[in-house]
Amino acid sequence: MEKGFSPVGLRVLVVDDDPTWLKILEKMLKKCSYEVTTCGLAREALRLLRERKDGFDIVISDVNMPDMDGFKLLEHVGLELDLPVIMMSVDGETSRVMKGVQHGACDYLLKPIRMKELKIIWQHVLRKKLQEVRDIEGCCYDGGADWFTQGQFLGGGEDVSFGKKRKDFDFEKKLFQDESDQSSSSKKARVVWSYELHQKFVNAVNQIGCDHKAGPKKILDLMNIPWLTRENVASHLQKYRLYLSRLEKGKEIKCYSGGVKNMDSPPKDAEINSGHQSPGKSSSYAFLKATETDPKQLASASVSDPTSDVHMPPKAKKTRIGFDPPISSGVFDSLLPWNDVPDPLESKPPILYENSFLQQQPLPSQSSYVANSAPSLMQEEMKPSYVNPDEFLMPQNKNSTVILQDMDLSAPFSSNATSNTESIPGSLNWELPEAHHSGSLDTDLDFTWLHGEHFFANSGLQNFQFQDYSSSTSLLSELPPHLWYGNDRLPDPDEYTLMVDQGLFIS
Amino acid sequence: LMTAKSLASKETVNGRCWFYSDDDDGISVYLNRELHAMNTVVAQLQTQFQDYLVSLYQQGFLDNQFTELRKLQDEGTPDFVAEVVSLFFDDCSKLINSMSRSLERPENVDFKQVDSGVHQLKGSSSSVGARRVKNVCISFKECCDVQNREGCLRCLQQVDYEYKMLKTKLQDLFNLEKQIVQAGGAIPQHFPSYTILRPDIRPCLDA
Repeated sequence: MEKGFSPVGLRVLVVDDDPTWLKILEKMLKKCSYEVTTCGLAREALRLLRERKDGFDIVISDVNMPDMDGFKLLEHVGLELDLPVIMMSVDGETSRVMKGVQHGACDYLLKPIRMKELKIIWQHVLRKKLQEVRDIEGCCYDGGADWFTQGQFLGGGEDVSFGKKRKDFDFEKKLFQDESDQSSSSKKARVVWSYELHQKFVNAVNQIGCDHKAGPKKILDLMNIPWLTRENVASHLQKYRLYLSRLEKGKEIKCYSGGVKNMDSPPKDAEINSGHQSPGKSSSYAFLKATETDPKQLASASVSDPTSDVHMPPKAKKTRIGFDPPISSGVFDSLLPWNDVPDPLESKPPILYENSFLQQQPLPSQSSYVANSAPSLMQEEMKPSYVNPDEFLMPQNKNSTVILQDMDLSAPFSSNATSNTESIPGSLNWELPEAHHSGSLDTDLDFTWLHGEHFFANSGLQNFQFQDYSSSTSLLSELPPHLWYGNDRLPDPDEYTLMVDQGLFIS
Repeated sequence: LMTAKSLASKETVNGRCWFYSDDDDGISVYLNRELHAMNTVVAQLQTQFQDYLVSLYQQGFLDNQFTELRKLQDEGTPDFVAEVVSLFFDDCSKLINSMSRSLERPENVDFKQVDSGVHQLKGSSSSVGARRVKNVCISFKECCDVQNREGCLRCLQQVDYEYKMLKTKLQDLFNLEKQIVQAGGAIPQHFPSYTILRPDIRPCLDA
């Protein structure tokens, strides 16, 4: 499928709570001939992605967003949808970038972002596709699961790549070669799991959904491929589960000992929230794929107990993920190998952990955005106390203790400039007619796009003067011709020093 | 020489000038004069525009990101820059208001919220190249970090001043653009470079 790979028409989803950046990025991406969808909220982005499962090729997201941490979004996208995600931020601190890498970002861009950086984001899409193909092809082997139990694969925990979402292809290959030396004598015809075949497999698995028993027989039936045997599917299923589990491993999680063997037997005391799972049983949880529980589970497990096998996080750390909309089984490929996962505490479908960022709590800082009135440019006074949203719509009184009252801007500005600003109140009224009455988070971060027309609505052809536009008429004449950039290319900074050295700048 | 008789009339339709005359010579002479006059006006406006633009860079109001924005604008989206800065100013207003509320009561300042607001403002200002606003944000963040309410209030006031100042400046610039277009001219595709115009300052200060 990489045969005729072209970056044109790449379907990009941009997520950023800053409306200015969102608009700019949209424009830039369009200039790259990509197909752009923008989103101001992380939750909205997730919803979009889930709705249009194959609708996007790549996601670009800011790190700081009000409703959800960018890294969380990154995790979800990576786990559920397996799309490449690029993070963006103003902040380029090492720890942040590191966090991005750990959570599986395929790139981290610093704002302000340049066109040249966006022009090559398609490489991440292509790379991922290539890796997928390699992984699938590397999965071919004779069947038989004995090598799983040898712990050989799992014992090589150190080889599990730090922060990488994709398996180390070479490691995998080596493993399979080793295995073929030690496998049982029975040699079955090699099944080549092509990409199409694997897709059918995945579709079948998804269809069965989180109905606990995504068993080989069922999958085989759904796939409806006459020459495929149950054994083929079974072995592929095992590998797939492992593959999924590795997607979720953080850097500190070591291997699961005695893993796969137990996967078909439901743990007796499946108290998921108890935190007292034996290693053998805890390994079965490794095969939860893309349930929202897992990132939290594994992440907190890794934090709490880095040196030993994965344990269930202690009860105190249990979190619930209350997604909106509620999780449906078709949303993710969960391959719960056991029958009944008791969910003693919650009545919702497999939600085991609570995640505060997803709770519908009114965030004070957000609602403060909602009800801003700012009637005019000249009077941005503060209300003494914020009692209820409606009060904001009323004109402010003058008894504010905050300095920002009655900013008399007429002094520094020219008279004409003042009249200009006063004539454009429209651009300052930040309108959210419905949102602050609803009180929910769903609408109050609706950044209303005030269009440029409002901004200049009242500026006609005026004979304006510039406030501090001093005698610069001579400016141009002093500029040598080559400093006039009539072309599109902005010269590199290197070129500047040359010019500067020659004293060609204006003092 | 052109006499009154050879003159006909001139009409401007959709920004285009139409000259009517039954005298071919009259037309050409008239045209030449008209065009010359127009060109002069346009040229003057264009010069004014470029000078003003350059001055904004020189005085540190704008940096190279604004240049990038202007480059993004094309015939299909002639108001792109204006729209983007409009969004930015709205964002400023909103953020400043909310931060102001957080700073209101001395005994109960939500510095976390203020810090978040400053961060957003910094990101926003870096998107349009609002250099002065961005620089205030840097100081602002420092005040937040040490929970200096007085300092924060000062920075808040300053950031408010700066964004409003920039708003006025850009408004003047856009008005000039409009005048040029109205006069039948093209907006100069002049992209000043911040680093050249401010050689006293080290490059890479868009940190």
